[in-house]
Amino acid sequence: MTATNVVAATAAEAGDQDAGRLSGLRAAFRSPRLVTGTCLVGFFALLGIIGPFFAGSPNQLSHTELAAPSLSHWLGTTQIGQDVFAQLVVSARASLEIGVGAGLLATLVSVIVGISGGYAGGVIDEVLNLASNVVLVIPTLPLVIVILADVKARGLAPLIIIIALTSWAAAARVLRAQTLSVRNREYVLAARASGERAWRIVFVEILPNELPIIVSNFIFAMIFAILTQAALAFIGLGDPTLLTWGNMINIAYNDEALSVGAWWWFIPPGLCIALLGMGLALINFSLDEVLNPRLRVYRPARPGRARRPGSTA
Amino acid sequence: MRYIVRKLAFYLVAAWAALTINFLLPQLIPGNPVEALIGRMSQSGTVPPGEAKILASLLGLGTGNIFQKYGQYLDGLVHLRLGLSISEFPTPVSTQIAQSIYWTLILVGVATVLSFALGILLGAVAGWKRGSRLDAIIPATTLLTAMPYFWLALILLYFLASNVWHVFPQGQGYDTNSELSPGWNPAFLASAVQHAILPALTIVLSSVGGWLLGMRNMMVSTLSDDYVVAAEARGLRPRRIMIGYAARNAVLPSVSGFAISLGFVVSGAIAMEYVFSYPGIGNQLVQAVNNNDYPLMQGIFLVITLAVLGANLLVDLLHGFIDPRTRQAR
Repeated sequence: MTATNVVAATAAEAGDQDAGRLSGLRAAFRSPRLVTGTCLVGFFALLGIIGPFFAGSPNQLSHTELAAPSLSHWLGTTQIGQDVFAQLVVSARASLEIGVGAGLLATLVSVIVGISGGYAGGVIDEVLNLASNVVLVIPTLPLVIVILADVKARGLAPLIIIIALTSWAAAARVLRAQTLSVRNREYVLAARASGERAWRIVFVEILPNELPIIVSNFIFAMIFAILTQAALAFIGLGDPTLLTWGNMINIAYNDEALSVGAWWWFIPPGLCIALLGMGLALINFSLDEVLNPRLRVYRPARPGRARRPGSTA
Repeated sequence: MRYIVRKLAFYLVAAWAALTINFLLPQLIPGNPVEALIGRMSQSGTVPPGEAKILASLLGLGTGNIFQKYGQYLDGLVHLRLGLSISEFPTPVSTQIAQSIYWTLILVGVATVLSFALGILLGAVAGWKRGSRLDAIIPATTLLTAMPYFWLALILLYFLASNVWHVFPQGQGYDTNSELSPGWNPAFLASAVQHAILPALTIVLSSVGGWLLGMRNMMVSTLSDDYVVAAEARGLRPRRIMIGYAARNAVLPSVSGFAISLGFVVSGAIAMEYVFSYPGIGNQLVQAVNNNDYPLMQGIFLVITLAVLGANLLVDLLHGFIDPRTRQAR
């Protein structure tokens, strides 16, 4: 810990920002938060990608209905004898697809709106900023509910598009603010003075500098999409032909899994959502500490008054 | 003054956008919803003459080109013609919403204020004692935030209301089995409060983490600002520095970020009301969706959106009041 501090201090004295960020990264990788988060997310990613090949059919009926967890059924069976573990694994893939798909699309929209508005300035910025703020204050879930009820769409793609198009605004606002501050820094001014084209300045000078924020936004969007889909499925707006964690909760709830004591059917899908969400949030948490050195905590505080990081360095 | 005018103008634009979205969305309904709806209405009673016209203008399916349709739609809204509900035919939609809105306003309002206060308080303390044992709990709150709130609510319901300990009632807004009638009588109010505790608890549990984390991070950032160092150098009492210098400034972003958080609370409240069969507007929305009750659905969407906009306007004005810089900057 002290070694990294010294490196950080000397690097900061030399005015070398890259080394400072690197030491931040190194410190972050030692943090139990990032390790826990990465492990959780990695576990669910593996589960979703290769799990379905091994888990067996989620809809195959066995003779034991509502069986408690055992060696043949790791997480027991449902009301009609489906294997809960197989369902959980197959659902993991669909839930991840929704999270990644909607997350990517929402991030893409936020990058286009936020950076182009912040860079262009003037009327374009005013209009785009107004649009983001309006989308931000209109509550998302009621809007998604009404759209889905009107469209009556089935399948993954419409769901991903609808969730993404209602959840990009907060990220766009953050990116716009960052672009506004980056726009007038020396290296951007230098690039502009040397006659670089606008798209090159945006993609080569500005975008890479905002990458950590974009990644952080993507992670948030992913959590949000998975939770939104789960809520939609729970209140009966999910596609019944799909198998996601949200749909599993919905079916278990409708068949009164908890009241008949079948906790192995109701608890796991919700727990999966919570654990994956926690893993993603922990990664974001560590990312935040890398981005914002003021949030880093180097040593435990003394009782009474915490010590300021950097005051002794 | 200019700040207030600017804010008012913004929320007017936002409200107009919500109205227009509400006008455009029903165009996506496949088939002819007006005919289908009138058909369903006539099965459960006599349809008043002119209802088809009101329904068409409400769903943005009036006569003429799109601008004339828009005009008819706005005209209907101005006269508060929200049509008749289909699932509860022939109750007007406005009457139905008027019955449910108070339940939600009181429950969600109280729970939001509680959650905000609790989150800010704990966040301020955790940020102040950063690196301490209390601060180490913070990552655990991410689990709470990432949990599907309705799932948590059902588990709470299982443990506290039905099978294990029978501490709280199962659901509904008050004891519907007894002879209670809604009104300002103590027996009804006591029953209503008893029925609200568990729903409110789930809202607080699922939303407190967001406030807490935001406040904690702002607090940590604020603590390294010069004026806090100066206050420390002057030898002020730690408690005074924490509350009067650091927390007071750290809370501002939470206030200005209220819009985002309120959206989460409202979303959570919809699923929560469904879980508890609460007689509020969120549960009504779910029922309307499951019954294809388009007029009720559109009406509820408008009311929820306008209520959220109103709450945000209030908070923004409050923000201008407690932070003079926002008034000067623009």
